[in-house]
Amino acid sequence: MDDKLQKLWDVVRSLSGDDSYERYVQHQEQNHSNEPILERKAFFVMNLENKWGGIARCC
Amino acid sequence: MNKLSRGLIWLAIAIVGASAIGGIALHRGESINAMWFVVAAVCTYLIGYRFYSAWIMAKVLMPDATRATPAERFNNGRDYIPTNRWVVFGHHFAAIAGPGPLIGPTLAAQFGYLPGTLWILVGAVIGGCVQDMVIMFLSTRRNGKSLGKMARDELGPVGGFAALIGTLTIIIILIAVLGLVIVNAMKHSPWATSTVFATIPIAILIGIYMRNIRPGRVLEASLIGVALLIFSVVGGGWIDHHPILRTWFDFDDKGIAWFVIIYGFAAAILPVWLLLAPRDYLSTFMKLGTIFLLAIAILFLQPEIKMPAITQFIDGTGPVFAGKLFPFVFITIACGAISGFHSLVSSGTTPKLISNEKDIRMIGYGSMALESLVGIMAIISACVLDPGVYFAINSPAGIVGKEAADAVALISSWGFPVTVEQMEILAKEMGESTLFARTGGAPSLAVGMATIFSTAFGQGMLAVWYHFAIMFEAVFILTTLDAGTRVARFMLQDLLGHIYKPLGETSSWTSSLFASVLIVAAWGYFLIMGVLDPNGGVYILWPLFGISNQMLAGIALTVATGILIKSGKLKYAWVTGLPLTWLAICTTTAAYEKIFSANPKIGFFAGANDMAMKLANGVLPPEKAAIAPKLIFNQQLDGWIAAFFMIVLWIIIVDMLRISFRHLNGLSVPPLSEAPHEKTRLAYQ
Repeated sequence: MDDKLQKLWDVVRSLSGDDSYERYVQHQEQNHSNEPILERKAFFVMNLENKWGGIARCC
Repeated sequence: MNKLSRGLIWLAIAIVGASAIGGIALHRGESINAMWFVVAAVCTYLIGYRFYSAWIMAKVLMPDATRATPAERFNNGRDYIPTNRWVVFGHHFAAIAGPGPLIGPTLAAQFGYLPGTLWILVGAVIGGCVQDMVIMFLSTRRNGKSLGKMARDELGPVGGFAALIGTLTIIIILIAVLGLVIVNAMKHSPWATSTVFATIPIAILIGIYMRNIRPGRVLEASLIGVALLIFSVVGGGWIDHHPILRTWFDFDDKGIAWFVIIYGFAAAILPVWLLLAPRDYLSTFMKLGTIFLLAIAILFLQPEIKMPAITQFIDGTGPVFAGKLFPFVFITIACGAISGFHSLVSSGTTPKLISNEKDIRMIGYGSMALESLVGIMAIISACVLDPGVYFAINSPAGIVGKEAADAVALISSWGFPVTVEQMEILAKEMGESTLFARTGGAPSLAVGMATIFSTAFGQGMLAVWYHFAIMFEAVFILTTLDAGTRVARFMLQDLLGHIYKPLGETSSWTSSLFASVLIVAAWGYFLIMGVLDPNGGVYILWPLFGISNQMLAGIALTVATGILIKSGKLKYAWVTGLPLTWLAICTTTAAYEKIFSANPKIGFFAGANDMAMKLANGVLPPEKAAIAPKLIFNQQLDGWIAAFFMIVLWIIIVDMLRISFRHLNGLSVPPLSEAPHEKTRLAYQ
């Protein structure tokens, strides 16, 4: 039961983008360990600029 | 479960669905229960998903589970991320489900419940879901390219340019008409206005919270924001009851329109984290929550549909928008059945998240089926109202008269009885001074939703529910407005950059400011014209929006059909070719009527000439005569725009036919731009 709740919580976080910084850090550590990792705030702003540069919402 | 019992279950779903559709179609009586609609819809989507989408995947698109997707190959931890399919489904659904499927079906209810319902079901299963899925698949195979880029690569520069210009114009018309919808909901309504105004500081507060106080904590910030939004609805009621405060928020339609224009401009140039992004988080939560709540309420309450199956307005004399059933029901309901705008999200945005090609069926076809269900719920909400009330809210003063007594007399004479007292009591219950001529679909939907909610979740809160529904519609209309203005600005900068390089610099302030002014001026013009128009603007602009949206769907289906033929799948080209043909017929007929009809209510040029004649003969009252030249010019402009949409659509169709003909005859064509196969290293979950 706890396991399932945890999974649901993970999906909710992932859907809302709540965990995107953690995923980014994990990705950088695994693949680009020699590059500097952005701070939370800088990553958040960059991520948003990226998202809203294209068509993200419909009519 | 063995094969036989599975077969029997699907047979049962098919029989139940068919009976429900038959029941809706053949029912002629006082009222019919809304559950029939829900059952018919759900069974139709299940059958469409289980059989048609599976067949298209197996025979036509043939996804390859061993092939690495762009998300895997370009994984950068930011926009290209292989993502769980349920999460992508959620993202994609949140992106495609905007205010469109709520407004179009509400307006189309003037034909009765049946035409709109049937088109939503058939259009989605055969057209909209297929378009979204096929475009998503083709874009995933092409490194997540946008529709415009695919059109250019596969058909050539003409098609690419047509797609770009088409997208830009549809965004402008869309924003103008959505702006009109909220203007009509907020004019002379201090409660609605103060609540919607309050959403702006709330969004900014949440923006600052998410960036500075607790960076990136989206969930907790959104929860705080949603709580504040609900508080703002209640607070709006308090302001509305305050004798002085309420006058601060009491604006006429022109005042609100200017507010929307200034707001749109600010949102386009302010940093996204401050206003646009937090507003979007809030509106997405509100949207999903309210749709879910509405579904529960409809299931729980099972309201009766009071609208007749078919009204006399299928002959084209309807007060909500002009034009006969064919082609205008297919134009009015775009979102919910087939919406060209989706192809822009299905290409470019969503494919960057897809971790396996096998997921595309569920994400593309499934999300659209769910959006279509939202359209069905909107039509239910509109049709639970007394038809007389529905027409009183949705008919512009220019058609039924400014005086309440005239309006109810005319509407009652159509066979939809309604009285002034009934409308006054209803307005009072909803906490409004009047509900007459609140065109655009949002207010009547809000009345319908408030009725359903208050009956399901406690009587006596009608006014709060009504303004909750208005706020819910307004927040995501404003989100579409912000996001659309911003995207249109980037597209315009891209175009202008080809003419004069510095204008294309997206990081330059002057260039951004210049492009933003142009975009806001373009939609602001149509918004102001719509407000000046005694027919309420929606009457003219919604069909134009529908034509533009279906034109975009036509472009997407053309690109898809061309690619299918070029990849040697001529015998399956009808999968996209059939909906394309239908759209081309509907859109061309609608545009033709809008351009050439001699009926001044339908034809733009006939409307302009009619008014010019009246002006010349001096039969217009002075206040109308003063604005007549503007309205005449505007109608002519709308006529040219409709012609432009048609020309763009046919250019790209002819271009596709030319390319296909060359390909079938062994002549050279632009090669398929599919990315080479690379083996995936991700385990399929």
